Amino acid sequence: MSTGSAAAHDHAHHDHDAHHGPSGLARWLFTTNHKDIGTMYLMFSMIMFLIGGSLILSVRAELFQPGIQIIQPELFNQLIGLHALVMIFAALMPAATGFANWMLPLQIGAPDMALPRLNNWGFWLLPPAGTILLMPLVLYFFGIGTGGADAGWTLYPPLSTQSGWGIDFAILALHLMGISSVMGSINVVVTILNMRAPGMTMMKLPMFAWGWLMTAFLLIATIPVLAGAITMLLTDRHFGTHFFSAAGGGDPILFQHLFWFFGHPEVYILLLPIWGFIPHILETFARKPMYGYKAQVWSLVCIAALSVIVWAHHFFTAGMPVQALLYFMYSTMSISLPLAVLFFCWIATIWRGSMTFETPMLFALGFIILFGIGGLTGLVLADVAADAQYHHSYFVVAHFHYTLFAGGIMGVMAGVYYWLPKMTGHMYNEKLGKAHFWLTAISFNLTFMPQFFVGLAGMPRRIPDYALQFTEFNMISTIGAFALGLSQLIFVYNVVTTWRGKGEKASDGVWEGTKGLEWQLSSPPPHHSWDPQPVIK
Amino acid sequence: MSDSHAHSAGSYYVPSHSHYPFTLALGLFALALGFIFNMNGKVPGWAMLPGTAVILYVVCGWFGDVIRENRSGTFKGWEDRAFRLGMLYFIGSEVMFFAAFFGALFYVRNLAVPDLLSFDLLYPTFEGSWPLAGKGPSTDIPAFTPMGAWGLPALNTALLLTSGVTVTIAHWALLRDNRTWLILGLAATVLLGAAFMVCQGIEYHHAYTELGLTLGSGVYGASFFMLTGFHGLHVTIGAIILAVVLGRALRGHFSSKDHFAFEAAAWYWHFVDVVWLGLFVFVYWL
Repeated sequence: MSTGSAAAHDHAHHDHDAHHGPSGLARWLFTTNHKDIGTMYLMFSMIMFLIGGSLILSVRAELFQPGIQIIQPELFNQLIGLHALVMIFAALMPAATGFANWMLPLQIGAPDMALPRLNNWGFWLLPPAGTILLMPLVLYFFGIGTGGADAGWTLYPPLSTQSGWGIDFAILALHLMGISSVMGSINVVVTILNMRAPGMTMMKLPMFAWGWLMTAFLLIATIPVLAGAITMLLTDRHFGTHFFSAAGGGDPILFQHLFWFFGHPEVYILLLPIWGFIPHILETFARKPMYGYKAQVWSLVCIAALSVIVWAHHFFTAGMPVQALLYFMYSTMSISLPLAVLFFCWIATIWRGSMTFETPMLFALGFIILFGIGGLTGLVLADVAADAQYHHSYFVVAHFHYTLFAGGIMGVMAGVYYWLPKMTGHMYNEKLGKAHFWLTAISFNLTFMPQFFVGLAGMPRRIPDYALQFTEFNMISTIGAFALGLSQLIFVYNVVTTWRGKGEKASDGVWEGTKGLEWQLSSPPPHHSWDPQPVIK
Repeated sequence: MSDSHAHSAGSYYVPSHSHYPFTLALGLFALALGFIFNMNGKVPGWAMLPGTAVILYVVCGWFGDVIRENRSGTFKGWEDRAFRLGMLYFIGSEVMFFAAFFGALFYVRNLAVPDLLSFDLLYPTFEGSWPLAGKGPSTDIPAFTPMGAWGLPALNTALLLTSGVTVTIAHWALLRDNRTWLILGLAATVLLGAAFMVCQGIEYHHAYTELGLTLGSGVYGASFFMLTGFHGLHVTIGAIILAVVLGRALRGHFSSKDHFAFEAAAWYWHFVDVVWLGLFVFVYWL
């Protein structure tokens, strides 16, 4: 934190009006500046990304061979659940919010986010939440307590109503992260609706703002449902209620409905901001205007609307009437229509463009291909008949890592490389960036492609041991996972050195084909920007 | 949406640094940890007090700052619009919070209980009729009497609906800069809210001591107390907000042009009112 602060102070020399507030640590704790808060979100996200990765590397080490070698099943259960919770709530969501904080005001010509103090509260809820989430695991290593949440990130009862105190920590952590998300989303919605530069109509909004607007609507609509569900879980655990217990007339499947009413939109919450800025990267490096702006906007709106009415495809096999199965199957598959529109617009944007392949473009293209695989395998899982075979297998694990790693994390990395020169005023190391991309893309496929095959062959997920015939593919997967993890250290090094001012100075436009208001400001932008607002013609 | 650019002349008020957001996060951190360790029997209940105290301190300080900024004329139409939009979306998220509990109630009544009834081998004595009083699938749950709709709950409905009228009278008076009726309307609303809370307290006491109806009374007791309990909490918060607004009105704050805090409190109160109507119909009556 202190190095980041020192570097940022160096940049303050370029500012037309440097900030007037406390300096040192207090600047970061008490800030109301969207750029400071965005930086903290992104740094928090990177730290939690490394923690979440280390959790799962221990799991992969255990799965290198069949049998139990390193990790006992109790710890294994904690590691997989905490990996998912950390990656989703503490790495991917804060990364998207970091970008929103940094870029939305710059892109729409606003002086700051609409509710600056609320903004800072949203961020500072996250480090306590992350601490609460991981605390029982750390205490477990010192022999205190029963360990971290061990019912998977979905926290299904009756396992979660019967297991140890880690579930309580996870529930309270999720409450804090939920408050943070809802406050952040309210801020994004108000900023976009109220703070646009004069003349910037809704249909002139940058695509990133549209993606985030949809994400914010989804968060405001679904996080409170998750909060309700985990509150019922907490009272079932400690206050004698019977929401999820058949003994009192309740039903464990009720939790699955409530959880996935949030959980399915959550997938789009993670991805919509990325689908927002990928077109900006494509149009920049293809040096062509974005194809099908209106089609993309309406696709984003359609996907957001559809995402809240398809949730039960996550538990087709838990038991529901055939009519419900058919409804959830067809509604799920219908999402592929607006998503296909997005894919065709992305491809049409780069079609016959004069492309160059800098690191952000590499990540964006890798994103399109690998996320495409994730989307197509999702179509397979949406089929009720096929899902009876594939559900709860490694096929599912491979599918959602193609969507959430290739679609999520690699998308975020495209954004980091794209905007890092704008945020820091310095170019990152292009050679290292390209090496990072190729190592990531190759080792990612090495990790997860085999999991499709072991999943199809019947290997169940969430089990620390497996049948002998899966050994080779699991070894490949583990080797890939460690390569993938180590490759991310290049990314960390590249980002940190750029932030500390290594690398040549970045111009205002940074890239040759950039459009949009953020590129008209200096690199890095002044502490307070767009005051007065620009006028859009 | 796009025609709202009359604000471009002035510059938006971005508050300088404030320690309240960070302090509030620390208070919630302490409260959450105290709650977790208390539930698991590691610490006594007073371990939750420091976190609660910090939260209360911040709520007073932070809102105090905003009220001072408002009094010094810092907020113009542009900032006012941000507050209004923010409050509307916040109430939207609250609606979805209650939707989770209503959804659970509908699911249990229409799907889970009929399903359990179809397992006649497992629960031969189970009759499956809502509200499962004394006829639950498990014998572990003591018999209880469900809460009727036409005693105190009906009175509470009347109280809340009347308070919706009085807060509207206050609003009507405020728009005409009629301070007497503003204060009378607000005071009546706060009193009606307080009366509601007293009635609900009596009702809970009645349930626990005479009806044998508790949180543990199967899924009926669980949904009854969670829905009415969270609603009661929101009534309490709403009444406190209205009391603060009343205090500000007595000090001469607000005018027909500048009264966001009043409207936010009134919106919140109407939201609580509407949730109650849902509760009365689906929890007490049907």
